[in-house]
Amino acid sequence: MDEELKRAIILDNYSNPMNKREVNDDSYLKANTNNESCIDNLDIYVKIEDDKIVDICFNGEACAISTSSTSIMIKNLIGKTISEAKEYVNIFEHMVNEEPYDEEKLNDAVVYEDIYKQKNRVKCAFLPYAGIKKIIDNL
Amino acid sequence: MNRNDFPMLNQDIIYFDNGATTFKPKVVIDSMVDYYSKHSANAHRGDYHISMIVDDKYENTRELVKNFINANSTKEIIFTSGTTDGINMVANGFFKYILNPGDEIILSKADHASNILPWQALANELNLVIKYVDLDDHNYVTVDNIKKVLSPRTKVISLAIITNVIGDLRPIKELCDIAHQNNIYVVGDAAQSVGHRKTDVQALDIDFLAFSGHKMYGPTGVGVLYGKEELLERLRPTSLGGGMNETFDDQNNISLKSLPSRLEAGTPNIAGVIGLGEAIKYLNKIDLNKISEYEHNLREYLIDRLIKIDYIDIINIEGDAATVAFNVDGIFAQDVAVYLDKYNICVRAGNHCTKLLKDVINVRNTVRVSLAFYNTTEEIDTFVDLLSDRDKIIREML
Repeated sequence: MDEELKRAIILDNYSNPMNKREVNDDSYLKANTNNESCIDNLDIYVKIEDDKIVDICFNGEACAISTSSTSIMIKNLIGKTISEAKEYVNIFEHMVNEEPYDEEKLNDAVVYEDIYKQKNRVKCAFLPYAGIKKIIDNL
Repeated sequence: MNRNDFPMLNQDIIYFDNGATTFKPKVVIDSMVDYYSKHSANAHRGDYHISMIVDDKYENTRELVKNFINANSTKEIIFTSGTTDGINMVANGFFKYILNPGDEIILSKADHASNILPWQALANELNLVIKYVDLDDHNYVTVDNIKKVLSPRTKVISLAIITNVIGDLRPIKELCDIAHQNNIYVVGDAAQSVGHRKTDVQALDIDFLAFSGHKMYGPTGVGVLYGKEELLERLRPTSLGGGMNETFDDQNNISLKSLPSRLEAGTPNIAGVIGLGEAIKYLNKIDLNKISEYEHNLREYLIDRLIKIDYIDIINIEGDAATVAFNVDGIFAQDVAVYLDKYNICVRAGNHCTKLLKDVINVRNTVRVSLAFYNTTEEIDTFVDLLSDRDKIIREML
């Protein structure tokens, strides 16, 4: 993907993140995810109905990479079944760890395809995925 | 000032994170290399030549520290692993045995975790009460606000001499006067002050003072706990072992050495102590008063330039230490730090271990610049110029 386009997608998702709001609704499962090495700290809320993710929201403070990555993840995961979501998270994890991955399935999340080159940013991009894993891995 | 003394400054780097740790002058590094390559023996153990050299150097640092902070005796100088270690020793070796349920400890929310968590843990253990002094409009601790939280149950006031984000110099002398009139002990965290301005424990009349070597141009892993001799005599070792015992038998009868050895169990950080001694000699040569004045002028220069940028919000326009915390409107602190790093400028983003300060300033994370005497106005110009174009920051922060 073109570098300028990647930058535009990241900044757009940072400035106007998808579903960034606090949730006070018991029908959502909640997980906190934070970077021990830096200051990102997010709460992720997931609503699941009949094995399908019907909504995800998030709230907290995080950098441009974490925030945009969360927004893009949310756009990609809503509507997926649990096993599809697990597969998606797995592919993303492969990408940020510089392992072979199926780029077709990641959609806009490929904007982080080169993030492995900035070691201190890998955790930022992966932050929401660490959060969602806490929820869906236990289902 | 004295930039050529610092090997780290030979590279293309602007280092504005001196509150986290300072660079070490070559004399400090050399003294430690010398120890490891020329007389690498244990201290206080051998009867052979190189061991005696080590003993001399180790104890000579104690003398240097004593004079550096104007303590009354070398018995009052205990080598620790750093400020954190010192405060924990005071909390768990002294106050643990004299405080009772309901006794009160006064702290400030602007202080570092190392001067809060040991007290919180002790409070949980002994059912003590922690009271946080209100900060004034500049987030300073004032004598009046301390008076407001004093009560007949107050037993300890523990404060940083200078804080690591706000950078205010606390009125320790006045606080000690008031405290001692009311039989209250005062503990000082001097981590951020001792390398930047003169410390005189006798003039302050402070009871305990802890600091680290690595924030005063010395090595990491070494620090000092000062305590008035009569108080250190009552401080129970939180660590027991070699070097600090006189005799012991199989009936658990233990007899300990006298101060200061009694509180230095195990083989100490000998290289670190020797390096710390060199750092003190180095600072004495430059003169801490000159350092304070130079750093103060640097801070003024930085504030004068930063304040002209309308999208920059400075948390501490006022401040006694050369520490400035700020945010760029609409840009997360860490992203600003990452942007500056692309130009080899080292600043800290985050809560700077003052996790309670957000309750007061309503800002969780900031970018922090903490200056040292080897920083220059030219470096500040480069830094401020890079912050003078908000679009550029957004363009390049990813």
